[in-house]
Amino acid sequence: MSEDLSIPGPNSIGLLVKRMRQGDSGMLPVLVGLLLLVIYFQIRNAAFLSSGNLVNLFVQATIFILLGMAEIWLLLLGEIDLSIGITSVLGGAVTVILVDPQFNVSWFLALPAGVLVVTAIGALYGLIVVRLKVPSFIVTLAGFLAFQGVLIYLVDAQGTGGTIPVHEKVLYNLVYGYLTPLWTWILIVAGVAFLGYRMIRMDVSRRSSGLATDPLSFVIGKVALLLAAGIILAMVFNANRGTFVPLSGMPFAIPVDLGVLSFGTLILTKTKAGRYIYAIGGNTEAARRAGVRVERYRLLAFCLAGLTGGVGGLLYVSNLNGVNDGPPSTLTLYAIAAAVIGGTSLFGGRGKMIHAVVGGIIIATIYNGMALLSMSASTQYIVTGVVLLAAVTVDAIARRRSATS
Amino acid sequence: MSTTPESSNPSSSSNGPSGQDGSGAGSEPVLLSLRGISKNFGPVQAIQGVNLDVPVGQVTALIGDNGAGKSVLIKTISGIWEPSGGHIYWKGDEIHVHTPRNATDLGIATVYQDLALCDNLDIVQNMYLGREETKFAMLDEIKMELATNQLLRDLSVSTVKSVRQLVASLSGGQRQAIAVARAVMRESQLVIMDEPTAALGVSQTAQVLQLIRTLSSRGMAVLVISHNLNDVFTVADRIAVMHLGALCSEGPASNYDTASAVELITTGHSSRVPSTLTPSS
Repeated sequence: MSEDLSIPGPNSIGLLVKRMRQGDSGMLPVLVGLLLLVIYFQIRNAAFLSSGNLVNLFVQATIFILLGMAEIWLLLLGEIDLSIGITSVLGGAVTVILVDPQFNVSWFLALPAGVLVVTAIGALYGLIVVRLKVPSFIVTLAGFLAFQGVLIYLVDAQGTGGTIPVHEKVLYNLVYGYLTPLWTWILIVAGVAFLGYRMIRMDVSRRSSGLATDPLSFVIGKVALLLAAGIILAMVFNANRGTFVPLSGMPFAIPVDLGVLSFGTLILTKTKAGRYIYAIGGNTEAARRAGVRVERYRLLAFCLAGLTGGVGGLLYVSNLNGVNDGPPSTLTLYAIAAAVIGGTSLFGGRGKMIHAVVGGIIIATIYNGMALLSMSASTQYIVTGVVLLAAVTVDAIARRRSATS
Repeated sequence: MSTTPESSNPSSSSNGPSGQDGSGAGSEPVLLSLRGISKNFGPVQAIQGVNLDVPVGQVTALIGDNGAGKSVLIKTISGIWEPSGGHIYWKGDEIHVHTPRNATDLGIATVYQDLALCDNLDIVQNMYLGREETKFAMLDEIKMELATNQLLRDLSVSTVKSVRQLVASLSGGQRQAIAVARAVMRESQLVIMDEPTAALGVSQTAQVLQLIRTLSSRGMAVLVISHNLNDVFTVADRIAVMHLGALCSEGPASNYDTASAVELITTGHSSRVPSTLTPSS
């Protein structure tokens, strides 16, 4: 039987084509879509692919990515959070207020405090959903309204006219601070080396155990692709993008995103907790009968969603260089859109953290490119809507094909 | 939370079922004995006074009409709920099964009709769901995959291409095979199956019946519910018939033929079958 386990296919391209035919296309259609968007914007405005604009685009994407990853924790269970755009900003507001000169709390305490607030709200949602069995759609809709009120109260209570600026350096530097070009290289090389090592090591140990593996060319191709992407990113970040003074290096927001991405991916793919989150999203009753403590892991996912959203809130207030009492109501919807465009299912059991990264970059590309072309906000909303629909439709068709084949 | 054997010493089991053999279960030692099991849901009496012996290394088929109480009986054994009355003996010792976990810990594995598999997980992930192997708190995928390959080979399940394919992509027979393989993975001694062939085609049914035979030849006791008398006569060593919540006949499969089985299922008695019911203690 071990002979049957090896996947036939002459080469890696043949394998890729075969997988696509089977509907297991992964993120390829979405990446092609992103490429088309990039080509379009680059033709319309040559400044689009400039280093300065790309770095700007990545920073804009970080918030969609983080909030998208927060949603993925819940979408995997078949749950949803309609309030993450408000609760994350509420956490950010708590941090801004704490570091404000009137309280003057150290960033060392204030940043975790903001994240903790959002995590606690996530835990509260989780308890209501799990113990009282109220649908998360309703619980978080109620939270959206209630915490918007709390945010307005909190910000207005400071008596600064509905806006609190950030005067604290660490919080400010989350988005506006940069690694030096050397550290940018070190970080990227270390990251690529680690991931490449993991991929090759996994392949080698599977081979030595006599298990089926992808063709060697496939693994080498993936590592080479990763290396190329790393080098291009390092060059983009390290090119001088200053207009008056030289400016280069990776904004701190990027490693923050990558850190949260690694953490989430590690939990989901390598631990029991992650396995159970997928299982519960796929078939709750099967998980329960297999002895999984379903309530515990659902609650955990709500807490992790809050934790991830909390980090997003910090980046949001840092990017805005302050907080006001009226955050955009579209923030939550963009978060869900980022996850879904990337390929995460709304019905649970299917999705990856990396989906939010791809989806977030697509949303930021549309947002950034349209602004560069001086297109109106109305066009931007319409295009984002069309892209969302297209992404989900392509995915649905691919999946239907795989189900019937 | 664990089960509570009241007489840990096998020799003191004289107050249990009278002897390991000779109680109508043939020569094989009895693994599970039910004595006077009843279950009522409020005023509704679902099963009453069921006495049944399940011997080691044999396939016992539980047959009966819809509503006869077959599913209630196996759920009682599997710890879905506790019996309202009666005693359960496991290898001669009285046991109390409070939760499905208790039953699993004893070595009773149940494959329900809906199989309880996660479509979005692959075969290995489903096999090990709830009892994953880990190394430094990280999942040990290679160990689990190797063990799954080995187990499927042992059970002669040869139709799946890769143990890394999603369960969603499997046929009904393959899914049944995976559910059974998962059930027997953890040193199970008794495998209970609820309608394992109900939704299957001809060749897939044959595969599952072959799998059931493989289990019993490996020394496991198998208790299988089925509506399909063809399957029952193909695979069963012993047959137990339920009618209106009571066990109306029990004995070696050779005592029955299709006509007498149908008669027992519909009326509860047949003049052509010698009475082999285990007397109540």
